[in-house]
Amino acid sequence: MDRRAFLRFVGLSGTTWALSPSAAFPAVVSDDPAGGAYGCLVDLTVCVGCRKCEQACNQVNGLPEPAIPFDDPRVLDEKRRPDVGAYTVVNRWYPGRVDERNQLVPTFVKVQCMHCLEPACVSACIVGALTKKDYGPVHYDASKCIGCRYCLVACPFQIPAYEYHEALAPQVRKCTFCFDRIVKDGGKPGCAAACPVEAIRFGPRARLLELAHEKIRRDPGRYVDAIYGEFEAGGTSWMYLSGVPFEKVGFQKVPAKPMPKLTETIQHGIFSYMWAPASLYAVLAGFMWVNHRKERNGGE
Amino acid sequence: MDAHGSPRPLEARFWTPGTQLLFAFMLLGLLFIIARLVGGLGAVTNLDNYYPWGLWIGFDVATGVALAAGGFTTAALVQILGRRRYEGVTRPALLTAMLGYTFVAVGLFFDIGRYWAVWHPIFYWQPNSVLFEVAMCVMVYTTVLHLEFLPVISERVGKVLPILHKIGHFLEKIMPALIILGVVLSCMHQSGLGSLLLIAPTKVHPLWYTPILPLLFLTSAIAVGYPMVVFETTLATGSFGLEDEMEILRPLTRITIALLGIYLALKIGDLVVRKAYVYLLEGSAQSHSFLVELLGGVALPWIMLLMPGVRRSRKWLFVACTLIVLGVALNRMNVFIVGFQPAYSVRPYYPHVGEIAITLGLTSSIIFFYRLCVTYLPVLSARKEEGHA
Repeated sequence: MDRRAFLRFVGLSGTTWALSPSAAFPAVVSDDPAGGAYGCLVDLTVCVGCRKCEQACNQVNGLPEPAIPFDDPRVLDEKRRPDVGAYTVVNRWYPGRVDERNQLVPTFVKVQCMHCLEPACVSACIVGALTKKDYGPVHYDASKCIGCRYCLVACPFQIPAYEYHEALAPQVRKCTFCFDRIVKDGGKPGCAAACPVEAIRFGPRARLLELAHEKIRRDPGRYVDAIYGEFEAGGTSWMYLSGVPFEKVGFQKVPAKPMPKLTETIQHGIFSYMWAPASLYAVLAGFMWVNHRKERNGGE
Repeated sequence: MDAHGSPRPLEARFWTPGTQLLFAFMLLGLLFIIARLVGGLGAVTNLDNYYPWGLWIGFDVATGVALAAGGFTTAALVQILGRRRYEGVTRPALLTAMLGYTFVAVGLFFDIGRYWAVWHPIFYWQPNSVLFEVAMCVMVYTTVLHLEFLPVISERVGKVLPILHKIGHFLEKIMPALIILGVVLSCMHQSGLGSLLLIAPTKVHPLWYTPILPLLFLTSAIAVGYPMVVFETTLATGSFGLEDEMEILRPLTRITIALLGIYLALKIGDLVVRKAYVYLLEGSAQSHSFLVELLGGVALPWIMLLMPGVRRSRKWLFVACTLIVLGVALNRMNVFIVGFQPAYSVRPYYPHVGEIAITLGLTSSIIFFYRLCVTYLPVLSARKEEGHA
């Protein structure tokens, strides 16, 4: 995309954002994260698919140059998923809405780690290489990782990617929520800072939720009455607003029950104070003792 | 008992065409292991971000651990419940378990991306992780199995190596504690393996995804223990021309009727309670695979074992037990591979030639070392059949 096309984009979508009622809301970035961790709210009705977020992510994380340049719109012709070389990707969907000239209207969807509030990957990780930080990010520490890939199995959003072609020290790769940047005062994730139309809002999750509900309330015609990420998998730090049903633009139906709930209930039930293994040991030892005594007395 | 006497080395010829073939498979597997070390997992596997676990986890680890259950089930029967008549099968079952777990560990070592960090779980504890529990149990249990087997080696070479004799003698003393520990650890990680995929409710096909998956894994492991003993004893005695040991195997399979019956009842009950039976006839690869597993691998052999004629016949008993073994193996493959259906994946997973070669190499290694051990160590109790040289 050339510079002029980009400016047109910015102009257009800037107007969209300004016209949308939510523009009346002040930026929430500077707010105190009293409502808990930080999050991001992506408004799909605002996103224009310029992929500036992808480019910023690439630069901020020092990722390899993509095969097709960021301003080449042909990339959008196929559906992509985050991978070892790209922590976030934007896909174009045609959910069936048409404009006044009967042209299909695209919806652009940015995909990255959702940074779950109760992450399955964190619960699954055998060595605790994945942790949920107070600030919100699900953080990966490669120095602990053994490469079992249980996090890839566990993730309900299918996000972590693995360096299968790395022979010696392969890593799990996924969006970092720019942990190093957001812990600094006024810091934003690379993608949110780069978004020319402010489709990505960064701020305390609780405030973002209020904002999202307010947007839906003020403009029920613009949005479907749901916030993806409010309840999915027990809630996620990244959330989405959409003008079309989420399942039409590539979002998974994910249960509201946190993924780790069942396994952790079982594990804690059995292993608190090791009561189950210890009792089993005691019972078996009892059997053994009785039988040995019987054998000795029986003179077998 | 006198008909059997104590275990002793077979002293048969070891280097046969069979062992040579096994050795060739082992070398082939080694070749691909080198390729994996040089080129990374991507060079020899079809694993991707959607299917991070494949044949090595589904077969080498999950199936391997299940089929090594003969070790703890016979130990429990003979040493804990005091059924001494089955003493003759404990050592071969222990050997199978010891070798099985050893090669589960070898397989896992090459499956994890950072094999040089394999020791990390010992220091970085993460008790919420089911995999952490499984890994710790498997690690400790593998050690326990080696300790349980050490006296067998010291029995043979203790005269030459006095230190080994002393260690063996010491181990004999603490053996009861080790045996109980082995059974407890087995119950923990056999069920733990079933808990592994409970964290991914959206990915495992509803025919297999159930909160009682850990219980199903445990009961199926316990149920497959004795059939596995029958399976390998029949193969070993047949291959070496030994007495068939039917007088031990036959009553052993009578216990299996009860154990397999419990598993069958749980499996059917689970389908009914969760109303998952609606998927039985959906016509997908998953539903077919489930039907084969349940009918051919559990129900059919269970009915067969109920027939006295089957239990009397060495051949039919072997067939029934083989079906049970295959049924449990298919169950593990179903849960970890066939029934695993991740979203967004663009192509289904089929194992790479390299994955198959390494699996074949590891399996061959188990049989190779089994043969090596029974040839030179006092493991088998069965005597040569009359008329055999």
